[in-house]
Amino acid sequence: MDTRSTAMITAHRFTLSVAGRALVDALDWQVRGGEFWCVLGPNGAGKTTLLRRIAGLSAVGSATGITRCMERPPAEWDPRQLAQMRGFMAQHVVDAFDASVLETVLLGRHPHLDRWQWERDTDASLALNALHQVGLADSALRNVRSLSGGERQRVALAALLAQAPRAFLLDEPTSHQDFHFQRHVLKILTGLARTGAAVIAAVHDINLAAAAATHVLLLDGHGGATAGTVDEVLTADRLGQVFGHAMERLERGKRSWFVPT
Amino acid sequence: MALAAFAFALSVGSVPTDVAQVVAALLGHASVAGDVADIVFGLRLPRALAAFAVGALLALAGVLMQTLMRNALADPYLLGVSGGAAVGALMAILAGAAAVVVHVGAGVGALLAASFVLSLGRGGLDDEFAPGAGQRLLLSGVALASVTGAVVALILSVAPEAQLRGMLFWLIGDLAGAGDWRLPWLALLAALLAITPQARALNVLARGELIAASLGVNVRRLRLTALTVAALGTAAAVATAGTIGFVGLIAPHMVRLAIGNDQRILLPAAALFGGALLLLADTLARTVAAPMQLPTGALMALIGAPILLALLWKREHGH
Repeated sequence: MDTRSTAMITAHRFTLSVAGRALVDALDWQVRGGEFWCVLGPNGAGKTTLLRRIAGLSAVGSATGITRCMERPPAEWDPRQLAQMRGFMAQHVVDAFDASVLETVLLGRHPHLDRWQWERDTDASLALNALHQVGLADSALRNVRSLSGGERQRVALAALLAQAPRAFLLDEPTSHQDFHFQRHVLKILTGLARTGAAVIAAVHDINLAAAAATHVLLLDGHGGATAGTVDEVLTADRLGQVFGHAMERLERGKRSWFVPT
Repeated sequence: MALAAFAFALSVGSVPTDVAQVVAALLGHASVAGDVADIVFGLRLPRALAAFAVGALLALAGVLMQTLMRNALADPYLLGVSGGAAVGALMAILAGAAAVVVHVGAGVGALLAASFVLSLGRGGLDDEFAPGAGQRLLLSGVALASVTGAVVALILSVAPEAQLRGMLFWLIGDLAGAGDWRLPWLALLAALLAITPQARALNVLARGELIAASLGVNVRRLRLTALTVAALGTAAAVATAGTIGFVGLIAPHMVRLAIGNDQRILLPAAALFGGALLLLADTLARTVAAPMQLPTGALMALIGAPILLALLWKREHGH
């Protein structure tokens, strides 16, 4: 893994405030290919808002400073070109209309197709492969509206995999998953980073992040942010301060867990 | 099916003609009696063409509004866009304007109504999951529809006696007073040309604006295009035949049940089906009580409202 490859996502002196409250204050942050970042922080710390801003999808709040996606501010990219390079998975999806799982995943190929072009065989095999990865290969023809919340979330992940960008931004990709699929989803994300992609995921579970991520961005909700490798950032003291509840680190062999005391 | 509806529409009427005669007349056979040819060409064909185009426009507008609002119950009539067009047109008539200005009035009214409903009934990229957005949208549309209905009634009550009968059709919707059939056809062609290149992008938009934006769709521009096409399409339909309801709701819904939600197929299919549906309703309207002619809009509502209720009931109990 070449951690010195070019930065895919960067923030420079980036300040973002919503309703007068700073979510991040003068953030300097670089995410390179091969890195898997988890964004952690208490409820309302601004994980979602920050992710959407960085993806170039939101104008909420007022911002100063610069964020770059593939070395250019998102707004300077042609939207379609940007969508070929960075993908975003939203926290919730509302399915307003009936559609098959496969059709839904194929929408991820949209930025790779020309205006009049229909999905090719290669697009279909990419979509089926993505469904296979998320454990929904047998559900390709089911109606998305008949799926459970966890399954819908994995359909969204499959669509993101089919989109095949170089930078993956995910807003709580494990929130609706059971224990088994939480691990499964994180394993997929780890695999993406191993192939050289940049992965940024907002998550709630500190221990999931500690087990899977290479790096952590920890937001404290008052503008403070700590960025670094998992071992640098995740300490019982710092977590205790940020979450307002004392934490203890338990170790067993090579693995460790943070638990509230 | 659309062709069958045309054949039916051309063949039945107060004066009985059989299909063979109609076909012969259409093909320009000299053997067909002159009055049959006159009826077919002079009366039934233009009216059938107008009915088809109006139905197709309304169905197209229905699909677009449903996609924009991500709500399968959106419809130009229910949400007051047709009403807006009627108000615009009536005001122009009341002011004694020329026919062209009446059409412009209908267009302006429809655009205003559509942007009003859309701006009230939607959140932006950032709050599309706001609770109750769906209800808010439908309710604001229904409110707007009743306001436009009231304004139409007011205009009718102050209108001079002589204009009254001609104005009444705006309220009910009728193809007996149909204007030139070329206007809705022109609008239909323009609408299809403008929106079919965007069909796959509309598929993405139907999943939500945030997802669409993340997949490289220029959401603002696409919404504007779809809204304009829907509003102007509705305006052309209303200017031709008054406010006819339920086509924009039912045609897309039934086509969806049959072929799914891919807009690349749904848009043209709904237009064909909506056209055939209104043509059928209009044919019934002028034949069931022949020689009396019923207003098309009333007949469409009689057929449409029960279907709507059935769909609602199925939605409630089906899933």
